[in-house]
Amino acid sequence: MAEVLVYVDHVDGAVRKPTLELLTLARRIGEPVAVALGAGADATAAVLAEHGAVKVLTADAPEFTEYLVVPKVDALQAAYEAVSPAAVLVPSSAEGKEIAARLAVRIGSGIITDAIDLEAGDEGPVATQSAFAASFTTRSRVSKGTPVITVKPNSAPVEAAPAAGTVEALAVTFGALATGTKVTGRTPRESTGRPELTEAAIVVSGGRGVNGAENFHIIEDLADSLGAAVGASRAAVDAGWYPHSNQVGQTGKSVSPQLYIASGISGAIQHRAGMQTSKTIVAINKDAEAPIFDLVDYGVVGDLFAVVPQLTDEIKARKG
Amino acid sequence: MSLRIVVCVKYVPDATGDRQFTEDLTVNRDDVDGLLSELDEYAVEQALQIAEEADDAEITVLTVGPEDAKDALRKALSMGADKAIHVEDDDLHGSDVMGTSLVLAKAIEKAGYDLVITGMASTDGTMGVLPAILAERLGVPQVTLLSEVKVEDGTVTGRRDGDTASEQLEASLPALVSVTDQSGEARYPSFKGIMAAKKKPVQSWDLEELEIEADEVGLEGSWTAVDAAAQRPARTAGTIVKDEGEGGKQLAEFLAGQKFI
Ligand SMILES: Cc1cc2nc3c(=O)[nH]c(=O)nc-3n(C[C@H](O)[C@H](O)[C@H](O)COP(=O)(O)OP(=O)(O)OC[C@H]3O[C@@H](n4cnc5c(N)ncnc54)[C@H](O)[C@@H]3O)c2cc1C
Ligand SMILES: Cc1cc2nc3c(=O)[nH]c(=O)nc-3n(C[C@H](O)[C@H](O)[C@H](O)COP(=O)(O)OP(=O)(O)OC[C@H]3O[C@@H](n4cnc5c(N)ncnc54)[C@H](O)[C@@H]3O)c2cc1C
Repeated sequence: MAEVLVYVDHVDGAVRKPTLELLTLARRIGEPVAVALGAGADATAAVLAEHGAVKVLTADAPEFTEYLVVPKVDALQAAYEAVSPAAVLVPSSAEGKEIAARLAVRIGSGIITDAIDLEAGDEGPVATQSAFAASFTTRSRVSKGTPVITVKPNSAPVEAAPAAGTVEALAVTFGALATGTKVTGRTPRESTGRPELTEAAIVVSGGRGVNGAENFHIIEDLADSLGAAVGASRAAVDAGWYPHSNQVGQTGKSVSPQLYIASGISGAIQHRAGMQTSKTIVAINKDAEAPIFDLVDYGVVGDLFAVVPQLTDEIKARKG
Repeated sequence: MSLRIVVCVKYVPDATGDRQFTEDLTVNRDDVDGLLSELDEYAVEQALQIAEEADDAEITVLTVGPEDAKDALRKALSMGADKAIHVEDDDLHGSDVMGTSLVLAKAIEKAGYDLVITGMASTDGTMGVLPAILAERLGVPQVTLLSEVKVEDGTVTGRRDGDTASEQLEASLPALVSVTDQSGEARYPSFKGIMAAKKKPVQSWDLEELEIEADEVGLEGSWTAVDAAAQRPARTAGTIVKDEGEGGKQLAEFLAGQKFI
């Protein structure tokens, strides 16, 4: 059976959920061979094996943290040459897309980014993408070279499928470009203890209607009652009420949770671009004409300062 | 010595219009107004600021696109760029990111450069990979997704706010930079700028001038194929209630019904 390379996104050995989703998709096309780089790479093997990786290729070197992107491309290319896979799958993070793109140029292949589904086809894997702020769904494939495809979080279920997961060291030689962009400093993002925005099953977002940083705790309280991640519109971010890392939309994060709750957000096209594929959409807005109501499964026309706290209390009461 | 900056700008259909695909599954550019991708305004802005800091700099804006794409160049020129290059050729229709990046790379090399600046993503394809691909093709460092950028003594430094960390980056020129919409508000063209733009040179190049064969680009030469495009069915109209004191409780009832609570 053909092998499929899966690039592993992990933090010090803790594999992030989108990679496990990729393993589910990879199994539809062939046998997943995972590539894990950097500190803790070896520690990823057990969970990758449990989710279907027949082999885990690992490499660690200071270059992966001291220089931007290119050393990881060199490593993925080494894996590609060692395996000759039928496809290469990479999670659609900002960095993942850049790694995938440079690999595609090097191996003379086409690239598809931000797939939301993937299946085997007669002429190779067929990817579903959503276009124009998710108003269209397209089906595409790579027609030249080995398909390189990046896949958005929440595009497939995480499924157990125990496999060998044999760990093998990957030999990597870094090229001249690898040391081109130096990382001279790094400030890790502080953890809030809430789920990662792009991976969360529920996202609760606030917009300009929240009217001040000091009011955002209303949104956070609701999020915490549901175990949800907190999002914000660009208007709220630009006003300095919430960090940019929580922005949902075209130039922020793209989310596709089971439930998206928008409070005090009008639903501009650029915001919709980042949340329109959410399964269930709920909005609270005092303007009955707000475009967000065109998307909702359930909407409340009302003042968020009254509705949101009441909702939070009710959820807490029901959960006991 | 003069700092030669090339800014890549894309002409895209207005995102607030009713964007559609045509029969050959390429973007319908006729029925929706086009404009300079808003995210590329940030690239032009940073180029202008870098040029203002340099002793001597020249900014060339470059686009690959149909006839109308000149509008995007005019806008960038009226913001303050010095000259423009338009790569236009019927055989470019339907190019994917590999084709487009090939053309951009050849044009950038022909124009001559010390620094290439792009936006973080287009507002139509929204791939966000073209900058990395260009850096690979040009063989220069990629200093991408910057929310802050500075160029001094032949060195680019910048801040990249990633998923898990904020990174400080450094590279030597020549280099490729992409900037995010956090890099700083783009200026509006002044009346004087708009008038001056009319006199600035816009060169037109075709594939032959760039020594690219027609079958390396366009729909036929693409590395990817779109087999189907379907409008997403409109969401079925949801339930909308007016809050008359019980709105939060009603919403909780809905969420419980959907098993979210
Ligand atoms: C290139 C580009 C990229 C962009 N990228 C993004 C992006 O990634 N994400 C994004 O969100 N935007 C993005 N935008 C901005 C987008 O166009 C909108 O400006 C933005 O989404 C508006 O945010 P908002 O809905 O919070 O604010 P507004 O549009 O001002 O809406 C506020 C809403 O709150 C309601 N409201 C006010 N008070 C209350 C109250 N007490 N109770 C209930 N409701 C209340 C109002 O009725 C209104 O509908 C982008 C724009 C451009 C040009
Ligand atoms: C909905 C949709 C989906 C697509 N999916 C794919 C796909 O999966 N694979 C694929 O190969 N192609 C795809 N394409 C085609 C691709 O978008 C175009 O080839 C495009 O020119 C390059 O991609 P981008 O604009 O999305 O680049 P991005 O990487 O999003 O753009 C980043 C920057 O590159 C510069 N830039 C991009 N295009 C130009 C240009 N023509 N002239 C000057 N500067 C430019 C701008 O500075 C821009 O800010 C898709 C197009 C659409 C409309």
